[in-house]
Amino acid sequence: MMISMEHYLIVSSIMFFVGIYGFIARKNLLAVLISIELILNSVEINFSVFNRYLYPEHMEGLFFSLFGIAISAAETAVAIAIIINVYRLANNIDVRHIDKMKH
Amino acid sequence: MDLGNFLVMRQELGLLAVFVVLLLFDIFAGETPAMKWFRPLAVGLFALHTAAGFLPVPEGSAFGGMYATSRLTVLMKNVLNLGTLAVFLQAGEWLRGRETAIREGEYYVIALATLLGMYLMISAGNFMLLYIGIETASLPTACLAAYNKYREKSAEAGAKYIMMSTLSSGIMMFGLSYLYGAMGTMYFADMQPLVSADFMTVLGFVFFFAGLAFKISLVPFHMWAPDVYEGAPTATTAYLSVVSKAAGCFVLLLTLHHVFGNIGRIWYGILWVLTVATIVVGNLFAIRQRNIKRFFAYSSISQAGYIMLGVLHGTPEGLSAVVYYLLVYLFANMAAFGVIASVENHGGRTDIGAYDGLYRSNPRLAVVMMLAVFSLAGIPPLGGFFSKFFIFAAAAAKGDYVLVFIALVNTVVSLYYYLRIVRAMFINAPAEGAGERFRTDAYNSVSLVLCTAGVLVAGIASGLYGYIAGIGF
Repeated sequence: MMISMEHYLIVSSIMFFVGIYGFIARKNLLAVLISIELILNSVEINFSVFNRYLYPEHMEGLFFSLFGIAISAAETAVAIAIIINVYRLANNIDVRHIDKMKH
Repeated sequence: MDLGNFLVMRQELGLLAVFVVLLLFDIFAGETPAMKWFRPLAVGLFALHTAAGFLPVPEGSAFGGMYATSRLTVLMKNVLNLGTLAVFLQAGEWLRGRETAIREGEYYVIALATLLGMYLMISAGNFMLLYIGIETASLPTACLAAYNKYREKSAEAGAKYIMMSTLSSGIMMFGLSYLYGAMGTMYFADMQPLVSADFMTVLGFVFFFAGLAFKISLVPFHMWAPDVYEGAPTATTAYLSVVSKAAGCFVLLLTLHHVFGNIGRIWYGILWVLTVATIVVGNLFAIRQRNIKRFFAYSSISQAGYIMLGVLHGTPEGLSAVVYYLLVYLFANMAAFGVIASVENHGGRTDIGAYDGLYRSNPRLAVVMMLAVFSLAGIPPLGGFFSKFFIFAAAAAKGDYVLVFIALVNTVVSLYYYLRIVRAMFINAPAEGAGERFRTDAYNSVSLVLCTAGVLVAGIASGLYGYIAGIGF
């Protein structure tokens, strides 16, 4: 069986919506972060696939993926630094306990 | 290689120079007594940079269309500069406090990094640069929100901001990937003629738009704003509600009209509904807030709705009204946040009760706050009245009377909650133990004077609007 563009797109769409679901349903900040990574990775699959199958003459999509990977690494670094600080102050990274500002 | 390319990027280069100087100063003089010069240096250099922004800049594009600049983008960057300058002036007193003094320099450096990202967002001619700009702007902003390292609320605000901004840029990138799939290019100029109402483009556009709507906190993408605004340090809240929001609005305005003009009928409907929802929800929730920073979060959400009113129709009048509105909003909001910062620095309170009887203890602060909220509510002869007037006139000129009517009714509602603050300051008696006179520090006073002058001048001098309208789109 040939693997066509659609197969990749189905995988990436599933990853994207699993990520969105995880973002909403997960209670641990690190798990939420992992869900976001799923979203970003699905986007990178999309870009690479579109580039390879539809526009193989330019490299624009692949470059976008590369930049996306670098930026998502930076995001993770900042997010984890902040999560560590939350843990120090609250002794907890459960989103249900991070509610100092609800009233 | 043509070095002339870089001349077009003069503003970015200037900002980068200020950034490098401050970073090096902070690294090498951070622990020495010379640090007492840091604040005048930072404010002075940045004021110089802001002033230099008003010099004429060559128009043009660089790097094969990646980067484009025009008189309009230069004006937008100048608006952002003014906001950042006010934040710099106001942040110092809090930064010199016991908890943050050791990291004082970093705040300015990080803020400059976010500003550079916003420059790139505005000048982008390609979605990749736009994305990089948005990330450069929003990642350090999370650090600014979590800056009060020993306050749980601040850490929470940072966590919420970074999660929401990453999610929103993920959604935005997903949309961009489909736009790329549909058109095979990321350059604005190449995409513009290719945009049509086919399924993939519209799908991509909706995701892209949702991601951007998170950044400027349009309802229903506003849930993060009140919590982040409340928990973040006051200077950061001011930065988020003015500079960051203005940059998002500018980008939305530029992309909608320069790239997605062909599917205007589609985004008009989406944006219409969001505009109404944003104005109404922002106003109704602002009424019941007790914390002043949360209050201004909802107030700024509804102000974003008014701004969208001008973006909707895409007439030149509407678009210049948006820039003018943001300029006046900047002056008024920064004046209000200057007062909030001053009250918080002397007593540590951010609830509205802290403003009871402020007129008796600190009459000048109370008057500044009054002028600021009157301008936000749109009372003549302040700038806020005219900026609202131009926005409404632009929408009415296109026959969108229903929308203008809803917005007008909401202006009256907003008057109610803005007047609550004025009543607290002028009529209510000060609470027990409060109501002492305190001195606002010199830098903050300068920013308050400048912002108040801006609010007044924008209302009296019509030349300001004429200048913006003359730049054209």
